[in-house]
Amino acid sequence: MIAFIIRRLCQSVAVMLSVAFIAFALFTYVGDPINNIVGQDTGLREREQLRHQLGLDDPFILQFARFVGHAAEGDFGLSYQYARPVSELIAERLPATLELSLVAAVLALAIGLPVGIYTGLHRYSWLSQLMLTASLVGISLPTFLTCILLILVFAVILGWLPSFGRGSTVALGWWTTGFLTIDGLKALILPAITLGLFQMTLIIRLVRAEMLEVLRTDYIKFARARGLPNRLIHFGHALKNTLVPVITITGLQLGSIIAFAVVTETVFQWPGMGLLIIQAISFADIPVMSAYLVLVAFFFVVINLIVDLLYYAVDPRLRIDRAAASGHGI
Amino acid sequence: MHRGLAAALAAALVAFAPLAGAKTFRFANDGDVNSMDPYARNETFLLTFVGNIYEPLVGRDKQLKAAPMLATSWSQTSPEVWRFKLRQGVKFHDGTPFTDDDVLFSFDRVRMDGSNLKAVVATVKRVSKIDDYTVDMTTDGPDPILPEELTNWYIMSKSWTEKNNAVKPADLTKNEDFYASRHANGTGPFMLKDREPEVKTTLVNNPNWWGKPEHNLTEVVFTHIGNDATRVAALLSGEIDMMYTVPPQDIERIRHTPHLKIYEGPELRTIFLGMDQARDELIDSNVKGKNPFKDVRVRKAFYLAIDEKAIKDKVMRGSATITALMVAPGVNGFDKSLNQRYPYDPAAAKKLLVEAGYPNGFEVGMDCPTDRYINDEAICQAVVAMLSKIGVKVNLLAQTRSKYFAKILGPGYNTSFYLLGWTPTTYDAHNALFNLIASRSASAGTGLFNVGGYSNKRVDELTRLIQIETDPEKRQAEISEAMKIHKEEFGHIPLHQQTVVWAARDNIELVQLADNFFPLRYVRVK
Repeated sequence: MIAFIIRRLCQSVAVMLSVAFIAFALFTYVGDPINNIVGQDTGLREREQLRHQLGLDDPFILQFARFVGHAAEGDFGLSYQYARPVSELIAERLPATLELSLVAAVLALAIGLPVGIYTGLHRYSWLSQLMLTASLVGISLPTFLTCILLILVFAVILGWLPSFGRGSTVALGWWTTGFLTIDGLKALILPAITLGLFQMTLIIRLVRAEMLEVLRTDYIKFARARGLPNRLIHFGHALKNTLVPVITITGLQLGSIIAFAVVTETVFQWPGMGLLIIQAISFADIPVMSAYLVLVAFFFVVINLIVDLLYYAVDPRLRIDRAAASGHGI
Repeated sequence: MHRGLAAALAAALVAFAPLAGAKTFRFANDGDVNSMDPYARNETFLLTFVGNIYEPLVGRDKQLKAAPMLATSWSQTSPEVWRFKLRQGVKFHDGTPFTDDDVLFSFDRVRMDGSNLKAVVATVKRVSKIDDYTVDMTTDGPDPILPEELTNWYIMSKSWTEKNNAVKPADLTKNEDFYASRHANGTGPFMLKDREPEVKTTLVNNPNWWGKPEHNLTEVVFTHIGNDATRVAALLSGEIDMMYTVPPQDIERIRHTPHLKIYEGPELRTIFLGMDQARDELIDSNVKGKNPFKDVRVRKAFYLAIDEKAIKDKVMRGSATITALMVAPGVNGFDKSLNQRYPYDPAAAKKLLVEAGYPNGFEVGMDCPTDRYINDEAICQAVVAMLSKIGVKVNLLAQTRSKYFAKILGPGYNTSFYLLGWTPTTYDAHNALFNLIASRSASAGTGLFNVGGYSNKRVDELTRLIQIETDPEKRQAEISEAMKIHKEEFGHIPLHQQTVVWAARDNIELVQLADNFFPLRYVRVK
């Protein structure tokens, strides 16, 4: 097991390296940061000098090598936009994004699972039909529209919730949390709903489809024939067998929530990494972009690892296979 | 449960209830202040925000005329020497007194590598101490408008920067956290209380400010809200008191919302089109072996074919001031008598093209930014449509500004036809002549932004004369002559000045300036 985890973490290094390589190959096309850095009165020679100092006139292979060299020492450089260390910028933004993603994911699971199970078990009830129709809306509305609608209703018309920002936060060491203040929690509601909505509807539909599939299988019929109570059949046997794909999808979706909460964060001015990256892109802030992409690649690898480990927890067959396989190996 | 929540809410309300008499002003902008270092970036928003904390020697009043700030008076003791008398009894926010050592230090710092305001003191050779509150600035040749050029150069404290290892501006090539980009210590009416980049920046009133405050604010909270719709929503819902930039499509809506007010005024920025007149063959055209833009008739045809009034009414929704000059009213040297556009006349334009030898028009590529000026891409699309009526097929390449500027600016100047905007940072026409209109010359430093390579010897000569002419009347005559030549040769096609649009609640009093600066010292909350 430990060996498995270590092997996966080693793979993550390869993944991050290739992401960084592709990223640097693409940076040639994002534009020239020099004109964003200097003022309009700066002369040509000074512009060239700065370009040279920052190494922007080197071929991308060289820039990539330099980035990897520095990154190996934990040095991601200085943001062109803020003149501050990139690692510090990301550390500042990370808590905001992780808290938001976590709440959105929990929300999606807490609502998505029960609704999915209910609609799977009661296919023809009117409540199921209603929920499914509602979930269609959730899956088809683009995020930016959901954001704007929620802001319009809850911030502008009703005035209940803030339309932007994170409210006040409490610092716990370097981590800032919005969980401990009332306006911090209030500020979480709208962005979390927006961000979780798509995942929620996805989970509803996935769980329902899987439930329907499993309920048709022979072992459920046998279980019924044995006279097991419905509760045990539904939750002990059926649900457990639907969970593998649900975990996979939820895991991958969590990764994309963290990495690509860009739209939600932009609209709600949520001071997280999505906002950071979108500003970095428009500024051609290469140090921030490269560090961010590498970090996101790392997140995906870790989340996938956790997903794989969860498989073992829910699916006993995998545990036996692996035990057998490693037995052969030794 | 319910009661618990109510109790918690009540407690929160009590905790956040403002103190009696405390006036908090909350505002938002679509850009963030990227640094607290006043030399970090030559960018309007950074300079205007940091300008509440730091102060220049010479500032600007509500009419944008030069006004005493840390210097109480100035005069030219000889054509090449400006003498500044400094204000006495001024203290920095940390309590240390302001002296001429700080001026000398700031002069050194603003010229260091990493500073992006080097240009504001470009003509100054040397600053010397006369006594504790008098300094002389020796310029490289006569500089009649030096005080005007210094208005964005803020004075920093020598002892504070030395103590905090911030003597040099931040160096982007080194990975180190930089004190002065997160902290500030100026002499201005507001002090930096708290800065959470990207979240909010809080200023408080400086009770020891040397001036008599016009504002009545105790605290100012600035938030960056990048998304247009959210910024408008935050104002509508009352979470902020004032915001800019106002998206053009929301102006009318805000105007008709009770308790909200729109402030509108012409900006100093001029938006114009330029044409490559330097190359012998355009890089992006189907005309081979010659450059149609070298022919003044073609440039005139382009000018006449563009219906600026339609652009103003339809694209800008009325929020623009039509212009015939490359500088705006309010810029020193602006000549009203020259500000008459040649009327829109597509038939004459078509005829000029025939005379120039292009009866069937031609094809040309156009470069345009998508995120730099108000409705920049839409303006270009309108221009494309208008030129198609005289048979010119324009292939539009609209890109984000990082890509756009990298393509069109020097040393490559890789464009045939482009849209650009310009605000003279010195508020003087010389700056536009020097950067946009004078011939490109690396040795003279002129024409860096003369992307089309317009060139006229007399204009170059006038630009040199204007730089050193100390007699205001003669100087104005020279500026007008240069502007007239440029206008008649259709060196560029000026379009309009953008409009500065701000929105605020109606209990806020503020002063809107044409350079889009927003000094908090004029803000009152009723």
